[in-house]
Parts: sequence; structure tokens; C-alpha cells
Amino acid sequence: MELKDRLSDISAKARVEISAITTMEALETLRVAYLGKKGALTQVLKGMKDLSAEERPVIGQLGNKVRDEIATQLTETKASIEKEVLNKRLSEETLDVTLPGIKPKKGQAHVITQSIEEIEDLFLGMGYQIVEGNEVEEDYYNFERVNLPQNHPARDMQDTFYITNEILLRTHTSPVQARTLEKHDFSKGPLKIISPGKVYRRDTDDATHSHQFHQIEGLVIDKHITMADLKGTLEALAKKMFGENREIRLRPSYFPFTEPSVEVDVSCFKCGGEGCNVCKQTGWIEILGAGMTHPEVLRMSGVDPEIYGGFAFGMGPDRIAMLKYGVDDIRNFYLNDQRFLEQFKVKG
Amino acid sequence: MKVSYNWLSDYLNLENTTPEKLADQITLTGIEVDSLIEMGKGLKNIVVGEVKSIEKMEDSDHLNITQVDVGESELFQIVCGAPNVDKGQKVIVALPGARLPGNFKIKKSKLRGHVSNGMLCALDELGFSDSVIPKYAEDGLYLLPGTAVVGENALTYLGLDDVLIDLDITPNRADAMSMRGVAFEAGAILSQEPTFENIQVTEDPSSSIEEWISVSVEDPKDTPYYKSRIVTNLKVTQSPLWLQRRLMSAGIRPIDSVVDVTNYIMLEYGQPLHAFDYDLLDSKEVHVRRAQSDEAMTTLDGQERVLTTENLVVTNGSKPVALAGVMGGQNTHVTGTTRTVLIESAVFESSLIRKTAQSLNLRSESSSRFERGLNLGTIQDALDHAAVLMAEISKGTIISGVAEANDQQATEKEVSITVTKINHALGTALSLEEVASIFTRLQFEYRLIEDQFIVTVPLRRWDISIEADLLEEVARIYGYNKIPSTLPVMESTPGELTDKQRLTRYVRRYLEGSGLAQTISYALTTPEKAARFSLKPSNTTELDWPMSEEHKSLRLSLISGLIDNAAYNSARQTKNSALYEVGHVFYENNSSALPTEEEHVAGLITGSLSENTWQSKAQAVDFFTLKGIVEELLESIGFSEKISFTAIKTLEDFHPGRTAEIRIGNDVIGVIGQIHPLIAQKFDLEDTFVFEMSIEALVQSGKDPVRYQTIPKYPGTSRDIALLVQDTVTHNQVIATIESNGGKWLRNIQLFDLYQGEHIREGQKSLGYSLSYLNPEATLKEDEVNQDFEKVKAALVQELDAEIR
Repeated sequence: MELKDRLSDISAKARVEISAITTMEALETLRVAYLGKKGALTQVLKGMKDLSAEERPVIGQLGNKVRDEIATQLTETKASIEKEVLNKRLSEETLDVTLPGIKPKKGQAHVITQSIEEIEDLFLGMGYQIVEGNEVEEDYYNFERVNLPQNHPARDMQDTFYITNEILLRTHTSPVQARTLEKHDFSKGPLKIISPGKVYRRDTDDATHSHQFHQIEGLVIDKHITMADLKGTLEALAKKMFGENREIRLRPSYFPFTEPSVEVDVSCFKCGGEGCNVCKQTGWIEILGAGMTHPEVLRMSGVDPEIYGGFAFGMGPDRIAMLKYGVDDIRNFYLNDQRFLEQFKVKG
Repeated sequence: MKVSYNWLSDYLNLENTTPEKLADQITLTGIEVDSLIEMGKGLKNIVVGEVKSIEKMEDSDHLNITQVDVGESELFQIVCGAPNVDKGQKVIVALPGARLPGNFKIKKSKLRGHVSNGMLCALDELGFSDSVIPKYAEDGLYLLPGTAVVGENALTYLGLDDVLIDLDITPNRADAMSMRGVAFEAGAILSQEPTFENIQVTEDPSSSIEEWISVSVEDPKDTPYYKSRIVTNLKVTQSPLWLQRRLMSAGIRPIDSVVDVTNYIMLEYGQPLHAFDYDLLDSKEVHVRRAQSDEAMTTLDGQERVLTTENLVVTNGSKPVALAGVMGGQNTHVTGTTRTVLIESAVFESSLIRKTAQSLNLRSESSSRFERGLNLGTIQDALDHAAVLMAEISKGTIISGVAEANDQQATEKEVSITVTKINHALGTALSLEEVASIFTRLQFEYRLIEDQFIVTVPLRRWDISIEADLLEEVARIYGYNKIPSTLPVMESTPGELTDKQRLTRYVRRYLEGSGLAQTISYALTTPEKAARFSLKPSNTTELDWPMSEEHKSLRLSLISGLIDNAAYNSARQTKNSALYEVGHVFYENNSSALPTEEEHVAGLITGSLSENTWQSKAQAVDFFTLKGIVEELLESIGFSEKISFTAIKTLEDFHPGRTAEIRIGNDVIGVIGQIHPLIAQKFDLEDTFVFEMSIEALVQSGKDPVRYQTIPKYPGTSRDIALLVQDTVTHNQVIATIESNGGKWLRNIQLFDLYQGEHIREGQKSLGYSLSYLNPEATLKEDEVNQDFEKVKAALVQELDAEIR
């Protein structure tokens, strides 16, 4: 047989054989069989030395063409086998993606801390400072300096844990007002503070009373502060805490340390004001007390009420959290049952 | 204060309003309305009847068969079991179809074979509370006066068609603890001037009070006003229905025609009165003084009271006849046989009354009014009105004249405010006319100088004495809800957290990210728990008068609370706890009566931080789980001084072998360890690990600023070493030896293995460390590293007697 024919034979045979293979091993065997040192093609080409000078380049060219064709086919087949192998592996690696993930353990802030921080952040944004005070206070700062002298009938409104005759557990965060006022240098600007913290009352713990609870108070003192400013500030607060659509309503009230004094209702965030069990059918929920700082409170702190004035407001984060989340027992806040704590994991 | 709408309409024209509307307005202008009470709500078919005949039921020991005229063409036969039922009485009849409180329906029925067409009613069956039903009507039917018209709606007679506005009165508005005060308040809301009946006292000219009594007080500070009148020849009876009705509506039990008048006047004027049986006074003298120490008297409730000099008593010149302002004495108590009454209308010093009522636990309608202050303008009016009413109802005569202790007159104060000031304080733009009309509505007289109102404050508003008080009056009558809404305009101030607040927030977030949930425990706990786990020795701070042993002492540590919380959860099947708390602890302060409060953070873990999952088993926590959390926290805060943990065996509440002090430099800032197994056992907890640190200490310790360092361009290399050392050699010692002999390229030492047990001699342990070397300037030469590494080995052998493996 002529070399030329043998080459076409090899070419045809290789095409058939290569196209039939499915494994890398078979591919390698064929590569050796055709292109290896002792391979069929190599053998044929070795016979070229016996060819004439005219034939040699022709056959040489043909030989190269056949070799390239085989090599190309081998490479392509290799790629396709590799792809199949990969596909097979990937298919074997398929997971049930619905199996649960491995979650890192996370804790969460106490719901009362969350409420307090939300309020703090609102007022930080409005240029207030946060001032925390001590929980054990002097009677003088807790009562007298907020215009509640001995034997004032309003002292009945809050029953007190005394440590000695002069020392007590603060019944409200208001002593912070007096202590901050007397230290403040008004030449350095107005006073704007928020003071959150624990307070204590002589109450028997039950679903709605706790001997320990929280308060957050605000105080703003400057030369031209009006009751309209108080109202605007409280509106901003109510919207932040209970939603943009809330309205507030001010009712006259009495606190010894403010005058005029107001109690503030927010339109019910459950029913929107139509009346429901949360707002006791009134459409309004009482959320805080406030007022214009009493001149006597300023005077006792060495601030001239003829020049300076301002407002104060205070609320109970416990009560707010109870209203907002429908918590039915205030004791839950202090028993720290994890089934309770975990419910406030979601941050908006 | 329960305000009867019907009664209020004696003083004001309420035709154009409703109780609901008025209550809303009262709430929005000054006094919170607690509730609206519709007296006879849901009651119907209850009429006046007259018992025409009565016949004992044969086979019953207490039932009677009555024939009752209810205004129909025929008499109704009604079976009645009340002991006081009798022929001729006007009674309250619930007809068939009637509804009584509790949705109780009356039907035609048969009792022991006898037809009964309805029910004759007692007051409790109509919803009256036992505390207001007169004693004489307690066990039977309530009898209506003979003038009651048969067949008419009985609810009107009983005041059950009334609505009560229940006011929640703040201490400053004690003026509203009277019907007249409320009339002025409602009048200001409705722009009406209330009208009151003019009281004319008809005195008996034949007898002058000086012949009967002389009045004196020991100290006009204790008793600024004391006035009295005498009504004689009276006959004590039951009060007329209208009077009983008004008292019961207000929550006061009718007693008799004398006492009821004193209570009625108190409700109308807010002026508490007391009536003495004059003949039992046993003298012609009334003297008010402080009680002597240990002086005893029996009050009209039959209790013997032992008094102190802080109590004020009314005496007959020698012995007490009343505890002034609080309760009368039994010895001068008005009874059915009383013929002459001395009526007292006085003002006693409020704090004395308050202390007496409090210490004897005798709060009453009277004492609460004395405590909050009285209208000095109506002391005499109230006395006169009481005398007139008593004489009228009990058919007595009024002795001419008033006996009083001193004749001082209360004067009205003047308080000024300008319109400019009002608008500046409220942020409003009220005109002079608007302000003037508000004062007019309040019935305040004023003079005007330019825009300044000089207001004469009526005596009935003793709460008003300064400018701010007037400001409040104007604001509330104008309407708080009409005040505009603005934000303060002022010099701006930076609103930022202090270093401590920022650090505290960071610590909290970090611990939450590490799996710990924030808790808030009670700061007051038992003395035993309060004292446990303290970071430093201190006595606890104790309440003077605790409500219970459970909440008596202020905590010295947060750990006790965390243990309580873990135990609470463990008892509820939550065995895994990872909790933290940030809060104050209270150390005794030798130089001040106030304890030193320090903000601390504490954490607790027990059980496991993870759950069993389909991939891995939950790992029990140990000392090093918690230590890792604390170490990483402290490192991330970036202290410039070294953080170290030193074993401490002397803290009695901790496991002696598993506890360390946490130090920054030389300062102890906290503690970490396993709680003592005996404490864990007591709380039914597994191995429990806790830490506590002072946040103040974290704030105050110096911190390194973050400095950028170039990323090394050259590769580093590492060498591993395994060594065998005595059990007593600590990791810290090994690290110290390696560090001080490591050469200049040693960058990091990592413990990768710790082994004790099989194949290792007892009392020894095997440690594996990986040492990383790096030269930031050039590629490290093998030789250099090898040399350095050999030095480390030699040092370990020499200094720690280590065996290199």
C-alpha cells in the first residue's frame, strides 16, 4: 500500500476510534497508539525516508495534516471528557439547600435598652447630651431641688425606699436635672440633656407595678424656649417612637417641677384613634409627662428664671415597651426568661 | 372626687352640653377625668310602689305576700322576704320585665305556689355599694318618702338617672375637691358664671353664743381659723332623700340628719366640718392644742389612740374631744338623743393633719382636704350654710352669733403677668383682649397697666401665687392643643456620646455578637446575694425599711443577678445560658453617706453556646470559651498596657483552681472564673463561668491609637517545637521564655497542642508551639532563623527544665 493510502487509512480509523472513546485512559491509549513514538502515524512517517524527493514533501505535508487532525480531535475529546467528568462530580456534589444553615450564636439588647437607645439617638441627633446619674441620691436632690419640699402633698405620689433619713433610691431621674443645672455654664451655650436610668418606688411587684423600672428625661434650658418648642419636640419624639402618622394631644396636669405641666397622649398606634382595648376605647394613650421648668427649680440651681427658661419631659421605657409590644406583665423585664428576651431580636 | 352632673346643674346651665362633652373639656383644660359613671345604666322598669296590704305566708317563717299599688289598674301581688316590709310603705318595685344590675331579669314567678309579679328592692339589689348604704337600710327594703308618687320611675328618686364625673385631682387643684370649685372650673370652660343660693341665717335672738361656749387655740400657726355655731332643740332623724342621694352618689354613707349635713357642706364647699354633741362636751369651752405625749383618747370608731405632740386635739378645756381634722371623739359623738350641736368650721395646719392621718392610718375625706389646703373665703359661709340646713332638717334653732378663736381675715393676693411674657413663654400671639377674656372666664378680677395684668386671685384658688401659675391658667383655658408646634431655635451644641457611653455601647454590641443576651436584673436583692462575687471588699448598702428580704440590699456585683437569671431559665428547661448585664454596683463609701456607684459589665455562660445540629455536636462551654470572649473584647479595645490573667485562689465564691484576676498593666479591672460548684449546686446549675469588669476602669486605662504598618513584602517562615515540661510550668512562663530569647525576627507564638495522659509521664505535660519569624526588610535566611530557634530551645531547657521532643 502506498504511504498516501496508509495515511488516509490511519486518518479514517483514528477518527472513528477517537469519537468512540469516553474515558481519559482510553484517550491516552489512543494518543500513544497513533502519535506515540511507536504509534501508527510515526511508523508511517518513518517510511518517508524511502520516498523520492518529489513525493517526500507531499507525503510530509499530508502526514502533518493527519497528525494535526488527530491531535486536534484528541484535544477536543479530552475537553469534552473533562467536562463530563466535572459535570458528573458536580452532580454528585449536589446539596439539599433546604437543610438548615449553621448560625453563629447572637445575643440581643434588652428590649428596654433598645427603647432607651432609640430615644437617645433621636436626641443626640438634635444636639442633646446624655447624662446619667446615680441611683442612690440625697433626699435634697430627689425632692427638695425639684420643688418637692418636706410635707409637700405631692410626695405622696411616690413612695420611696429610704436608706437613711437623707439618702434614698431615686424615685425619678429628675435629680440629674438639678445636678446638671447647677454645674452648667450658660456662657458656653444652652443646656440640652437626656437622662435615662433606673428608678425605684416602694411598690409591691405585680403585673403592672415594679419596685424597679426605668425613666428617661429630657431638659432644655436657654433664653427663648417656648411651650410651642416643647410641643414640637414631643411630636418628633412620638413620631419616632410610634410612627410617622401619630398625633399628640396635650392635657394640663401637675408636676411640682414644671409649670405649666402637661400630660401627653399619643393617638393609639393600634387602632389609629378609633378606640380599642389598648387605648381603653379613648383613641389616646398616655405616654409622657412634661412641662415648662418651674422658676423655683431654676432659682434653686442658681439659674435666673427671669433670663432663662425651658422645658422638661419624662417617660417610662418599661411602659412604652409594654404598650408597643403588648407585654402584659412588667415583671417579664426583670426575670430575664430567654424565651422573652429572644423575642426582641429583630431590629428594624 | 365624684361630681354629680345633676348637682352641678344647680350652679350652671348645662342644657347645651352633655356629661361626655363636659368631661372631655374638663380633661383637656385642667383636671383629668378618670371615668364617667352612668349610675342607673341598664336598669329599667323600676317604679315607686305602695304596699297596700301584707299577709304572712303560711308555710314560711319569713316570706310575706304583699299587694302593691304600682300605678296600674290592679294591685300587683309580690312575695317579699324583707324583714322591714309593712303596710303603707312607699317602696321600690322591680316590675316583671325589669332589669337589675348584672343583667338580672325580673319575671312573673311563683313562690311556693303563690304568684309574685315582681320584686320589692333593697339598695344593694340596685347596685349601690355596701359602703354607702345607710346602716338603717342594710338589712331590708329602702323606703321612699311618703311624698313619692306611685308608678313614677324610682330611679329618679334614687339619683340613678345621674351621671358622675370622676375627677382625678392633682395636689395643686384641691379647689376642685368641692362642688363649688368644680362649678367655677366648668364655668370657665363654658364661659358661664356659676350661681349659688344665697344663705340667710335666721338666729334665735333670745340667746347669744357667748352664753354657751368660748373658743380658743393654743397656737394660731397650728389652727389659723376656728369658727363655730350652735344649733339647739333639734331632733336627730334620717336625712331627706335628696340629701341621702347626693351623699351616696359621692360615695359617702348617710348616717343621720346632723352628720349628713356636715358631709354635704364639705362636698359643696370643700370645707370639712365637725359636729359635737354639745351636752356631752361637759364644759363651756373649746380649746385646740397639741396633744401631750402619750395622751390617750378614744375616737368615734371606738379605737383608743395614744397621741404624741405631733397630733392636734380639740379639747373641752381639759380632755380631748376630737382628733383635729381627722376624727371626732367617742365622748362627744352625735347620737339619736343629741339635742344641741356645736358645729366646727376650722383650718388646721396641713402638715400636722397629714402626719396624724398617716401615722394613725386614718385617711378620710376630711383629712385629705385639710392636707391639701382649704378655701379661706368660705370658712364662714360653710358654717352658716350648715347651721341653716341643720336647723331646717332637724327642726332646730340657731343660737345667735359665731364663736371663734381669732378674727383674722384672709386677704386676696395680687399676681401680675404681661401679655409679652405670656406669648414669649407659650410661643403664641395672644392679644390683650384674648388674655382678658380668659381671666374673665376664670372669674379673676384684674387691673391693667399697659400690657400688664395685675390679677386679684380669688381665695378659692390658693394654688396661684406666682407668674408661672397665671401663665398656666391662661395656657390651659386657651387650650394646650391650640399652642403651635415648633422646634427650639438656639445656639447649636454637639450631640455626642461621652467616651464612657461609646465604650459601653461597644462592649454591649460585642457581647451580643459573641452570643450573649442582655439582661436587666434587680439591683435590690437579698443581703447574701448582694454581697457575693464582689470585685473588692465592701459592706452592702441596706434599705432602712425594706418591703421584703428579697429586695433589701444593693448589689456589690452583677454576677449574682446573672446566676439568678440562669437558674430561672434552667428551671424552665433552658439549660444553655449566655447572658450579660451592664449596670451599677454600690460600694460602701467611708467618706460619704452616698455609696460609690460603679458601672460594671458582667457575663455568664453555662451549658453550651451552640445547639446540636445535623453537622456537629454542641460543645460544652469551659473556662477558655469565656476567656476567649473577654480576651478578644479587651484586645479590640486596644489597651496600651498588657492585658493579663492571674490565677487567684482566695475568692470564696469562685472555683479556687479556675479563677483569674483580669489585669490591665498592674491594675486589677475584673475577675473571670467558674462559680464555686457548691453555689452552682444550690442553683441547680451545671458548670457555670462568669466574668465581671469595671467599665470605669476600661474607660480610664490608656489606649493605643491605631497606627498603620506597611504590609510586609517578604515571606516569613515558621518553626514548630514540642516540649515536655512539669505540670506546674504555665503557658505564660513558656511564652515569657520564648519571647525573651526569640531573637529580633520572632513575630508570633501560637500554642497548637496541649497533651497530658497516656505516653506522658505523670506530673508532666506536652506542649506544642508554632513560632513565626519575619524580616520586613528582606527575605529571611534559613541560617538566621535556625540559629534563633536553637537559642529558644536551649533557653527552654535551661530555664524551664523542658525536654524538647
